[in-house]
Amino acid sequence: MHGVLETKGGKDGSRTEPVSEVQLYADRVRVYPKKISGNFRRLKWAILSVCLGLYYLAPWIRWDRGPNAPDQALLIDMTGRRGYFFAIEIWPQEVYYIAGLLMLGAFGLFLATTLAGRVWCGYACPQTVWTDLFMQVERLIEGDRNQRMRLDAQPLSLAKAAKKTLKHAAWLFISFATGGAWILYFGDAPAMVRDVFSGEASVEAYAFIALLTSTTYLLAGWAREQVCTYMCPWPRFQAAMLDGESLVVSYRKHRGEKRGSYKKGASWEGRGDCVDCKLCVAVCPTGIDIRDGLQLECIGCGLCVDACASIMDRVGRPRGLIAFDTERHLRAVEAKTPYRYRLLRPRVLLYSALVVFIALVMGVSLFFRSTAEVHVLRERSPLFVALSDGSIRNDFTVKILNKARDPLDFALEIEGLPAPTIKVIGLEDAGPRPFLPTPGDGVATYRVTLAVPAAALKGEQTEIRFALRASERTKPIKRDTVFLGPRK
Amino acid sequence: MPTKIEKDIVTGTDTTGHEWDGVKELNTPLPKWWVWTFYVTIVWGVGYCIAYPSLPWFKGLLGFSQRAEIAQRMEAAKAQKGPMMERIRASSLEDIRKNAQLFEFARAGGRVVFADNCATCHGSGGAGALGYPNLADDDWLWGGDLTAIHETIAYGIRNADDRSRNSQMPKFGVDGVLSAAQIDDVAEYVLSMSNRASNAQAAARGKPLYADNCVACHGEKGEGNREVGSPRLADQIWLYGGDKAAVVKSIAQSRAGSMPAWAGRFDEATIKMLAVYVHGLGGGE
Repeated sequence: MHGVLETKGGKDGSRTEPVSEVQLYADRVRVYPKKISGNFRRLKWAILSVCLGLYYLAPWIRWDRGPNAPDQALLIDMTGRRGYFFAIEIWPQEVYYIAGLLMLGAFGLFLATTLAGRVWCGYACPQTVWTDLFMQVERLIEGDRNQRMRLDAQPLSLAKAAKKTLKHAAWLFISFATGGAWILYFGDAPAMVRDVFSGEASVEAYAFIALLTSTTYLLAGWAREQVCTYMCPWPRFQAAMLDGESLVVSYRKHRGEKRGSYKKGASWEGRGDCVDCKLCVAVCPTGIDIRDGLQLECIGCGLCVDACASIMDRVGRPRGLIAFDTERHLRAVEAKTPYRYRLLRPRVLLYSALVVFIALVMGVSLFFRSTAEVHVLRERSPLFVALSDGSIRNDFTVKILNKARDPLDFALEIEGLPAPTIKVIGLEDAGPRPFLPTPGDGVATYRVTLAVPAAALKGEQTEIRFALRASERTKPIKRDTVFLGPRK
Repeated sequence: MPTKIEKDIVTGTDTTGHEWDGVKELNTPLPKWWVWTFYVTIVWGVGYCIAYPSLPWFKGLLGFSQRAEIAQRMEAAKAQKGPMMERIRASSLEDIRKNAQLFEFARAGGRVVFADNCATCHGSGGAGALGYPNLADDDWLWGGDLTAIHETIAYGIRNADDRSRNSQMPKFGVDGVLSAAQIDDVAEYVLSMSNRASNAQAAARGKPLYADNCVACHGEKGEGNREVGSPRLADQIWLYGGDKAAVVKSIAQSRAGSMPAWAGRFDEATIKMLAVYVHGLGGGE
């Protein structure tokens, strides 16, 4: 609609002079989507309920992790630096799981788009979900399309002001609930709610509530389709994601044209099924005419499919004048060539394979991940210490992360050195196989010194290995490092 | 050159009146949201200038000062560390070592103070340098247990403080106590204690000279004496170098390293933390 070469036509259809300027800026045309019912609308309500239900209620799910651990199923604990997802507990250094989730999301999105166009945009995108909710609230208070248009055209009156105030109050309430629910993911939900309303929550909590309340109110109440058309990058590369076999909302031109108004009982001979009622335009949340073909603004929600189906039912023609269909099919029908829908295309297979692969990698690594992590850092200043009896000492910092709930003693063994003298700073009489106590759900740091006679070293650098094990039954965690000595 | 301002048919806005080769410039007004944001920034800027110190002689109505802010934050940090520092101050060195929490706090705090004040001479990590003792090894001139290290840090070595550790090695060459040849022989004997001598005859000649002049401080077998800070000569660690030239120079001119006293510069707790940190570098006894 915007940015195209437009022609100004006379009312009789005769063309007047073409306007040669490309419109770089267009005033916003208010969209008043009309209420419609149908299969896609029902699906949209169902997905909306699930998404919003999950968002608002998920922080309230409890999950027992034993004492001294939060009992919230979904929790991102910023101060404790832990992420909790039911039985899974993520430490900050395992943030690659988040990267994995994001990749899954991205490839899942590519896959869905390749199969059925921008269904993500039309059904599950938060922008769509909240805008849909806000529109429904608006409809309940101000009435349907025509009433709203009339109301907006009216001069300000008491009734109009009351309606508008009520609408914005309702929007703000939903926005506040949305912003409020957000912070519940970052702390114990019942305590957070209590703190927020008693004024004891942190400044950050209030700031995030304010931020998300205002963005929800502005984006879902005011900006709406403008977000999808102008702010979101996704529509811009939908062309790269789609191919001729993708199901997209399509107007079946071959069936619809030549369009025209229809009087009951008139013949369908020599004309198309489209009765030019413009209901498909009236219900569109982005205000476009799908009969112009696939457009940037189309979010693939299928409400125009529902709209057209209701009209076709009324005029007694088969449904499906507007439907999810493929570009190839439409062309094949026009060219009268045979056509078969192809679901399995290379890109579908590729995206599916990637989704499965990433999910497998994540699943396997999660399943086999160790509950302990060990880091061995060489002391670099000094690189080595010459002792008074001529032996050489190297110092190391051993950091043990114990992700289990119970404290553990890790037995330390050194491989690659002949009988080194092991000392642990802070532990008396560590012995040749010292035990390093590590608190449950915590980190222990030890300075370990190893000394060997200079004669035992074959060169400047000796490869050694730290092996730590929590018990005889578990596999030791091994870390390679080097033992340095003077030049031979 | 401005010519005629006219109305553009398509957009309905005026032109600026400028024309270049037939191309006219539209005078499209700025978007309202932009204009209003701009006005708000001006109002904000004026308010900011009144509230904050904006001119050299004007302190601002809020009385804000970065200097005061940093002082306040330093106070806050001090207050935060206060209870732990008090516990460190009140505990004996041995108690600090036995209490895991105090021990960790002392080592972490000691590391920072060491890096700021001690690393200049002793190197980061206590690696030392020629003439500056390595603090990570097991060789201690004045003692390597917590108490001895603590005393050395607090009062220093050979400085103006009354309590400082003090001793002086005679300048055997400079003062003419021993001849050059005798010094050479003593050096050979000293090196023989750690199996470094190259001339057995000279070492044998040096033995009686050592017994006459050096034993009092360095001991019969070169074991040294921590009471007076005289180094062990029979080990492999040489503060001023272990080759013959360095040993000869040490005997002829003597050595007398110095370290400042820190008792007046740090509070009690900080010195304790330093002692615990240095003790924990690996060589503590």
